[in-house]
Parts: sequence; C-alpha cells; structure tokens
Amino acid sequence: MATTATAVPRRWRLPYRLQVDRRLEAPRWLSPLVSLGAILVALLLGAVILEIVGGDAVAAYAHIGRAAFGNLGVFSDTLVKATPLILVGLACAVAFQMKLWNIGAEGQFFMGALGASVVVLAPIVPIEAPRWVTIPAMLVAGMAFGALWGAIPGLLKATLRVNEVITTLMLNYVAISLVNFFVFAVWSEGGFQMSPTFQRAAWLPRLADYASQVPLFRGLTTHLGLAFALVAAGVVWYILYRSLWGFEIRLVGDNPRAAHYAGVNIVRNTVLVMMLSGALAGLAGMSEISGVVHRLQTSISPGYGFTGIIIAWLAKLNPLVVAPVSVLFGGLILAGREIQPAGVPRLIQGIILFTLIASEVLLRYRVRLVRVDAEPA
Amino acid sequence: MCWAWAGGLPLAQAWMGKLMVEHPNAAIPAVDANLAVNQNAVEMRGIVKRFPGVLANDHVDFDLRPGEIHALLGENGAGKSTLMSVLAGLYKPEAGSILLHGQPVAFNSPRDAIAHGLGMIHQHFTLVQSQSVTENVLLGLATPRFWLRLPEHDRRVADLGQRFGLSVAPQAKIWQLSVGEQQRVEILKMLYRGVQILVMDEPTAVLAPHEIEGLFATLRSMVAEGKSIVFISHKLNEVMAIADRVTVLRQGRVTAAGVRANETTIPELARLMVGRTVLFDLQKRPQAPGEVVLTVDQVCAENNKGRPALRNFSVTVRAGEIVGVAGVAGNGQAELAEVITGLRRCTSGRLLVHGLEVTNSPPRALIEQGVAHVPEDRTHVGSAPNLTITDNVIMKQYRHAPLAQGWSLNYTTAQAAAETLKTEYQILAPSVKTPARFLSGGNLQRVILARELSVRPQLLIAVQPTRGLDVGAIEGVQRLLLAQREAGAAVLLISEELEEIFALSDRIVVIYEGEVAGEVTEHDPEAIGLMMTGGKRAYAAPAGEGG
Ligand SMILES: Nc1ncnc2c1ncn2[C@@H]1O[C@H](COP(=O)(O)OP(=O)(O)OP(=O)(O)O)[C@@H](O)[C@H]1O
Ligand SMILES: [Mg+2]
Repeated sequence: MATTATAVPRRWRLPYRLQVDRRLEAPRWLSPLVSLGAILVALLLGAVILEIVGGDAVAAYAHIGRAAFGNLGVFSDTLVKATPLILVGLACAVAFQMKLWNIGAEGQFFMGALGASVVVLAPIVPIEAPRWVTIPAMLVAGMAFGALWGAIPGLLKATLRVNEVITTLMLNYVAISLVNFFVFAVWSEGGFQMSPTFQRAAWLPRLADYASQVPLFRGLTTHLGLAFALVAAGVVWYILYRSLWGFEIRLVGDNPRAAHYAGVNIVRNTVLVMMLSGALAGLAGMSEISGVVHRLQTSISPGYGFTGIIIAWLAKLNPLVVAPVSVLFGGLILAGREIQPAGVPRLIQGIILFTLIASEVLLRYRVRLVRVDAEPA
Repeated sequence: MCWAWAGGLPLAQAWMGKLMVEHPNAAIPAVDANLAVNQNAVEMRGIVKRFPGVLANDHVDFDLRPGEIHALLGENGAGKSTLMSVLAGLYKPEAGSILLHGQPVAFNSPRDAIAHGLGMIHQHFTLVQSQSVTENVLLGLATPRFWLRLPEHDRRVADLGQRFGLSVAPQAKIWQLSVGEQQRVEILKMLYRGVQILVMDEPTAVLAPHEIEGLFATLRSMVAEGKSIVFISHKLNEVMAIADRVTVLRQGRVTAAGVRANETTIPELARLMVGRTVLFDLQKRPQAPGEVVLTVDQVCAENNKGRPALRNFSVTVRAGEIVGVAGVAGNGQAELAEVITGLRRCTSGRLLVHGLEVTNSPPRALIEQGVAHVPEDRTHVGSAPNLTITDNVIMKQYRHAPLAQGWSLNYTTAQAAAETLKTEYQILAPSVKTPARFLSGGNLQRVILARELSVRPQLLIAVQPTRGLDVGAIEGVQRLLLAQREAGAAVLLISEELEEIFALSDRIVVIYEGEVAGEVTEHDPEAIGLMMTGGKRAYAAPAGEGG
C-alpha cells in the first residue's frame, strides 16, 4: 500500500483542501460563540440522525422542550436533575482549573452517597434525631467520603507522579462496587438491591412540603440540594477568583514551573484541590440520595460524574456558568425518560461532547478551505 | 507528481552542488535574476497593525534589498517583532501592502510565506524535543510522504549544513543540543524549504560569544548566495559588525529608514532608538561592603540529565556588594542560581543566608528570607503566560498584607500596586489586565524585574537581567541593580555579558565546569577570558576572601 502510494503519481486531486493555521489572537467573543455553535451543530446532527432512522426530529425536539421546560412542574423536575449536575460540574471545574484531570467524579459521587448512608443506616445518628442534626451529619459525611476518594489519586499524583486520569477512572469502579457490596450484603432490604427507606429526618425538605403555606408549591420536587448547589457555585467562584488559594490554583494551572518558582506548594495543592473536587462530587451524591431517592441503591446515577466533565468544559470552567449549563443538561436527562425512542437525549449529549471537543480546535487554529490550484505549490 | 516535488526541488539542486541562486522555488513566478537586479526583495508600504490598546505598527515602510543583511532596531515594544510577523504571514495588517520581488503578496499563514521563499525564525524555537534534527527539518513538508528514508535525508541535511557552516549532527535528538545548535536546526529548516529571505528575531540574545561568530559566518555565506536577511537585535555593536543597512523603529514608527551601517555610529543609533542620548557611564560609588549575606559553601549539584553541574562551588556575597559570576554558558551558572533559590537540590555542601542554614529549603522559605530571583527563562519560569500583568507582579507577594486579607486576595489593591509598578518600571502594555503572553520580550522582563526589585530584597540573584532589553532599558536595569547595591542588598549577578559584569561587579568569580576557576577584583578581561576556558591554574587568584 504505502509503497505504491509514493511511487504512483497522483493524477487527480480534490480542487479544495483544508488549510489549518495556528491562531495567535483569538477574539474574546469567539469562545462563547463557538460553544453555542457546538450545541447547535450537535442538535442539528441529532436531527439528521433521527430523520435517517425514520424519526421526526422536529417533533422529538418539541417534545424534549415540553418535557423539560413546559410548565412549572416539569421545570421543577429539571431543576432536580440539574442539582447533582451543578455539583459534579463544579467538582470537575475546580480540578480542571489546576489541570488535574479528575474523571472520577462518578466514583466520588457514589462515595458521597455511601457516606451519607452510613450516617443513617449504621446508624451514627439515632433514628429519632431531629432533621437539623441528621442532615448536617449526612452532609459532612458525604463530603468527607468524596474528599477521601479524591485525596487518594491526589496523593498518588503529588508524591509518586501517578497519572490521575487512570487512578480516578479506576477508582470509579471501586466506588461503585463498594456501594454494591453495602446495598446487597449489608443493608439489603429483604434481598432487594436497595437499602430500607431513610427516616423522614434524613430527607432534604422539598418545596412540596410547604404546599400548605404556599399553594403554588404543590407537587414541586425541587429540594434543598439545589440551594446547596447554588451556594457551592458561589463558594467555588469565591475560592477561584477571590481567595489566596484560588490564586495559587490558577497559577499552578497556568504554569507549574512559575508557581514552584513563586513558592507555591504544588504537592499540597494537588491533594487539596482533588479533595475539594471529591467533596463537591460527594455532596452531589449525598444530596441525590437524601433529596430524591431516600435510600441507598445501586442505580443512583445515570452517569452524572461523566456529564459533569462536559458541563465543566461547556461552562469554560467558570463556576457561575456551570449552573445554567447544568439546567440545560438536566432538561435533556429528564426528557430522556419521557421520549420515544428512548436514548435520544443521551445521543444528543454524546454529540454535544463530541462537537464541543472538535470545536476547541477552532479556538486554537484557523481552518480555511483553499483552492488547490490557486495555491502555490 | 511534478509539483508535489516542488518543495524538495531547491534541495535537490543544493544536493547536486549547483548554485541556483535566484531560482530556488518553482512556486515563485519569474524571480528572474536579471529582472530582479534593481528590485527590492521585500517592500513593505504603510503597514498598520493594531492590537487592543496598542498601535504596534503605525504606517511603517520597510525595504530589503537582495543579498543584504538589514538590521531592524528599536526599543522594547517598538513593534519590530510585530512588523516581521506581518511580513511572515503570522499577522494580517490593518492597512498597507507587501511586495515580494515587485509582486504584491498577501500571506495567509507562515506556510504561505515559506512557499513564497520567505521564512522567519522566532525567539522561542518550535522544535520537537524528542525527534532528531533531520526529522525536525522534514516535519510538516509534503514530501517525503510515507517512506521517510532517513539516511538519505540525513545526508542532505548534513550537506546543506556544510554548505552554510551549520555544523550539527543530523541524527542527534533536539534535547541533546545546546541552544545555539537548536538555532542552527531552525535555520536548516528554513534553508531546506528553499527560503530566499530569512527573518531572524533576536537570534543572538541566546548565544554565547563564540556561537555568535559562527552565526555571523553562516549569515555571510547566505547573503553570498544572494539570500537576504532581516536581523533583529538590541546589541548595537553586533549590528555594526554584520549589517549592511539599518532601520530603526520607535513607538511603532520608523525613525531611520535603511541607513547604511558604515555611515552611522553606535551613539547615533542609540539616540534614534530611545529618542535621547544614552549615557553609558554608570556611576558606581565606592562603598565598603557590609556583613556576609550569602554563603555558598562547597556546594555540589546535578543538572537535568543527572550529571554533575556544580562541583564544590563556594562563593560569598556581602551586603552592598555586587559579585559577578562570569563564564561561558552551560558551565553551571543556571544550576547555581537554582540551588540558591531552592529550585534545585544540592547534593552536598551548605547554603547560608544571613548566617542561617537554608540548604535545600523550599523556594517559599527563601522568598520569605528576602531572596529575590530574576530567572534566566522568563517565559517558562518567570511568568504565567495566561495570567494578567497584575497576577504576575503579585506572584510572590500575594500572601502578605495588604494584598492578602485573611483568606481573600484584595484585587483592588493588587491592581493599584500593578499600576504603580507599570509606571515606575515603564512596562508598555494596554493595561495591567493584559495577559503576560501579549507582552513584547523586553516588557515581560520588566514585569519580572518590577516584581523582584520592588520588594527591596536582601539578596538578589540576577541571571542575565538585561537579556533582550533595548539600550535604554539596559541602562535602566543596570542603574536599578546599582541602586539595590547602594540600598544594602547583596547581589549575585550571573551573566554572559562580560561588559555588564565589568561595569557592575565589585568582585568577579569565574565559573568553569561547575568549579570556581578563579576570582578577580580588577577588571582584567584577558585573565578572565583565560579562566573561562579552563586555564585556571595559570591565574591563581586568592579565592574566597573578597572584601
Ligand atoms: N498578540 C498581541 N496582542 C496584544 N498586544 C500585542 C501582541 N503582540 C504584541 N503586542 C504589543 O504590541 C507592541 C509591539 O510589540 P512587539 O513584540 O512587536 O515589540 P518588539 O519591538 O519586538 O519588542 P522587544 O524588543 O521587547 O521584543 C507591544 O506594546 C506589545 O505589547
Ligand atoms: Mg520582539
């Protein structure tokens, strides 16, 4: 193959070819525009695929819109889905700011759920304890377990230079298996793959709980976890852009050698940032089982931890942008449960990730079509 | 087939030993030697290039004759790199036109420009460290496509190197090469692509004196074959030595267009560059040095490849004293600075600052001890490219009030501090929010100097502090160093510029292969030159006792 290709003269060529040049100056408006464009292209590609397999793309999209944002009720459900996404999105954004590629948010999410469950099921706080004792205890335990799960790859990276991509990825499976073990072997309710339901004091309050005072809230499932997530977004923003620690994180992320030269302790920061990232993902796990599922079971995440990676990138690692992007994705996930053929929103999610990564190239390179014959040799 | 080979054509000619001077590339239409005799190789007319907040080139005219070496001079941030980047297709000008051999051209990319026989070598090299010289030369070419046939190309590269005096082993990997050799690879890359017009941005800034001689020989052999060269430099004596004509830029405008080098003088050029007369007489007041601030005692350290870089090196620096470390590049100077500032482990020996043992302390501890460091590598070590000027100037001070308030960093104070430093150190940038990577080389150096000197250090380790600076700025930095000395700081000045070392130092230590080759207090260039090349026994000065 190869030899003939070099030896045989090529008679025919495409009249155009792509020319790719490195971009030195990227205008400021380009980055959000490219992200938006990536989403649009993804929707378009999704539509094409739907049409090809015989679906009706317009109807499908209209349905997704209605199913996710159509009325207060479904919008509330969208927010419920968005809650863990905001938290894992923040978890990824923090780590990525320091160029720590934590793809273990999924495992840290499971560990957070496990931590919160230990508080209720071990039990660490008695069943009759009031809500204001149980919930904070679950919160702390969930974040601590997540932080621990982040600290392991952090330590390995900082001290032994073990690649964190591999360790965080592998620890996902360990965490999921660990949760499975507790669900099946320790806390199984009558042999089912789920623990007993938590006592009411371990449930995060929902808007619907206040329907007697505010009739508008009737049936709304949005829970206190959303408030945790929004506060977390504010806190992470403060840490990254206003605190001394955030300055160190951004400095290490931009140029580790300069950070070392400026006296920043890179080892310590690697561990701490991974712990913060893990704690945020752990909080997501806690909020999900305490606010939605109310028990520990095996299927608590449709891959939130991985969606968090996409969200962090789409938000360009800005904690305040993570929230609206998560709402968009929350809508897609919600619609996914409703729509036929199922899997369309997942398909679109996948395509968004794909177009997004592809579009990064446009930020760094200028791609043009040039005529071959107009071009000098 | 035919034009797929066009890129390799000039090489084939070179390979056959024929001198096809004016017809290097099939792509250039009618570069007929006879036609082009009186035609400029390059003509830039009315070039305007704006960056947010800066007018980098303001209606600049520039011309380059065939077979000449044309020096482009100007202050830091005058717009030299920008003008040449416009020429090489990296930037698009807002206005103006470019003619190549009389033909109007508009390049869309550096690759376009190279296809027209015009290439630029930037200050920061673009070589793949893990690949061989030949592989780097071939990188990005259309041919060879599948079969590399490396031995054959090795030979071509070697032949090309021989023809222009660029000795470098084709099979060597880039990381094994010195900076000077890497530069030769960059030149080879351009020659291999049949470049007729070569632009070099501050090529001598990174070279040792003997390497500069080699580079000049190469440039001369290139113009002898009819190629034309644009040469950006801040070193006026080099310019006088190599250039046929000189163009001077100041604040984006031309202040002297194509003046013949032999019709001008160094002071005249300096005046054209900075707009005032530059006095090179530094007032160094005699001053009795104070107590010992830095003691380096029998220190050994390894370089990045694990080979010994410092061997029982000892030196002391007292308060109010500048000690110069002279030596040919690569004799352990870089490692010495890193060991003292905590960036590199010393394998044996002791380091004391103010009598306190700081051997292998972390960088942070040394910063708190008042040790400032102007590093050699300003882009990779000294600054964070995507962070703002503000972030870069507070990089070492952010932990202290008034910048730090509890856990918060007060960005308002930081910005105000940065504004002050920007004025005080004459950092040319649209605002303190500009990312460091947009700064011109000299202005980035000023950011680093501002950060390191503004804290009134007790001990200053300055490595090549004036590299890449214009004459006016060099004078400014040297004054700053003397001011530090007068304020009682201990200064260790590591430099390859002997003139700078002579002008500033109270004592001079010569380093050779990681050892102290000798120490002198009087300015004796010959003795130092001898020691720098290893003749240390011939001149055994009483080392150790300085003051
Ligand atoms: N990509 C960019 N974006 C914004 N401003 C820029 C950019 N490149 C250069 N500048 C600005 O344009 C001006 C001219 O810069 P240039 O690099 O051409 O200077 P120079 O003459 O090469 O200086 P030096 O001798 O310091 O290298 C400077 O003020 C610089 O800050
Ligand atoms: Mg420059």
